[in-house]
Amino acid sequence: MNIPSNLKYTKSHEWVRVEGDGTITVGITDHAQELLGDLVFVELPDVGKELAAEQEAAVVESVKAASDVYAPVAGTVTEVNAAVPDAPEAVNQDAYSAWLFKMKPANIADVDALLDANAYAAAAAE
Amino acid sequence: MVDFGGWDMPLHYGSQIEEHHAVRGDCGMFDVSHMCAVDVAGKDAKAFLLRLIANNVDKLKEPGKALYSAMLNETGGVVDDLIVYYVADGQYRIVINAGTAEKDLAWMGARLAEWQYEVACVPRRDLAIIAVQGPNAKARVWQVLPEARSATEPLKPFYSAIVGEYFIATTGYTGETGFEITLPASKTEDFWMKLLAAGVKPIGLGARDTLRLEAGMNLYGQDMDETVSPLDAGLAWTVDLVSPRDFVGKAALLAHPQQKQFLGLLLIDKGVLRAHQKVITSHGDGEITSGTFSPTLQQSIALARLPMAVAIGDQVKVEIRDKLLTAKVVKPCFARNGKALV
Repeated sequence: MNIPSNLKYTKSHEWVRVEGDGTITVGITDHAQELLGDLVFVELPDVGKELAAEQEAAVVESVKAASDVYAPVAGTVTEVNAAVPDAPEAVNQDAYSAWLFKMKPANIADVDALLDANAYAAAAAE
Repeated sequence: MVDFGGWDMPLHYGSQIEEHHAVRGDCGMFDVSHMCAVDVAGKDAKAFLLRLIANNVDKLKEPGKALYSAMLNETGGVVDDLIVYYVADGQYRIVINAGTAEKDLAWMGARLAEWQYEVACVPRRDLAIIAVQGPNAKARVWQVLPEARSATEPLKPFYSAIVGEYFIATTGYTGETGFEITLPASKTEDFWMKLLAAGVKPIGLGARDTLRLEAGMNLYGQDMDETVSPLDAGLAWTVDLVSPRDFVGKAALLAHPQQKQFLGLLLIDKGVLRAHQKVITSHGDGEITSGTFSPTLQQSIALARLPMAVAIGDQVKVEIRDKLLTAKVVKPCFARNGKALV
């Protein structure tokens, strides 16, 4: 499984990168894209939307199923990757480059409570 | 891998979309051994099938000819859809779905006991079925099985021929040319490996579903079941209400004419149509029975049960999560023989 050690993770298969400006970048893991198969549709949240932790933020649909993407922590959406809805296959090709949205966490310390790479690897193997 | 009617089956071997394109553009193979061949043989085999299924086996005049139809219950609901092959006088083979096989066999056994016909219905669990489909499918099969060429080359669609231990039919579930090959289970692995070596790509259940949906073919349990009349599932063409013959479910169908139309939807907005989504039309609501993303059209498509007044070309709304997306009503056949039809 491809699980970069510099990222944080959730049990619901989102990856989270903490940026220098205090925002976080969110995508779905390589394991998630593999489970879903070929993605054909991605719906991203509106910029400015306030999300609670574990609230539905985006939708990724493969040929076989639709799956929600959840906010890893509470916060406000600051930016979305508009290139992804036009080319959802980018997530299959490189799940860690094809990020979905950025958030300003309500409390950046919440990110510390997310899974590290080892803990995610264990959770994903279950 | 997923559980499908009690069988462990691959959803895809690699990319589902690439598998789909392989069948439309070249050829692919499906292990469909989960489907159950049942040999129906005996002096009364024809009389039995005439009463058992909704289409008329009297249409099967030449040995080898195949007929798609449905087996109905007394209320006109679909017990299963199936293909009947006329092998010889007093000898038929039917192929039924995996998830319904036990139920179907029990149903057939009960009708046999009730009608007192001299017929044996033998499920052939010793046989496997490999479907090879696509524009190059037949050539690849002949490469692996050269002895089958002379008997199968002249076959029109929906016929079959027996070549040694191979029962080879020009049927399929993709809208492409090709064969469905029934053979001893013990020979299957070797046959599969030879096809693989000849360049035939393995195709999973996922692409099987997108291919059949593009071809406008129904899936049992999704587009119809025991609670749905074949007339409301786009299967009127496989029901013979013209001949004086009586069959199980006929009285119910005559008493309850078609209530809904079974049509296609093409999503104009971005998104993916899925089963059970509500369709809102100016003539009332309908429901999607099967939906997916069409790799051929690069657009989402669906089969739906819609009010009778809806016309082809109408625009309708589909409720997807909290949004109403626009779709166009089309004939329920989206792509066949490598080409888009809508």
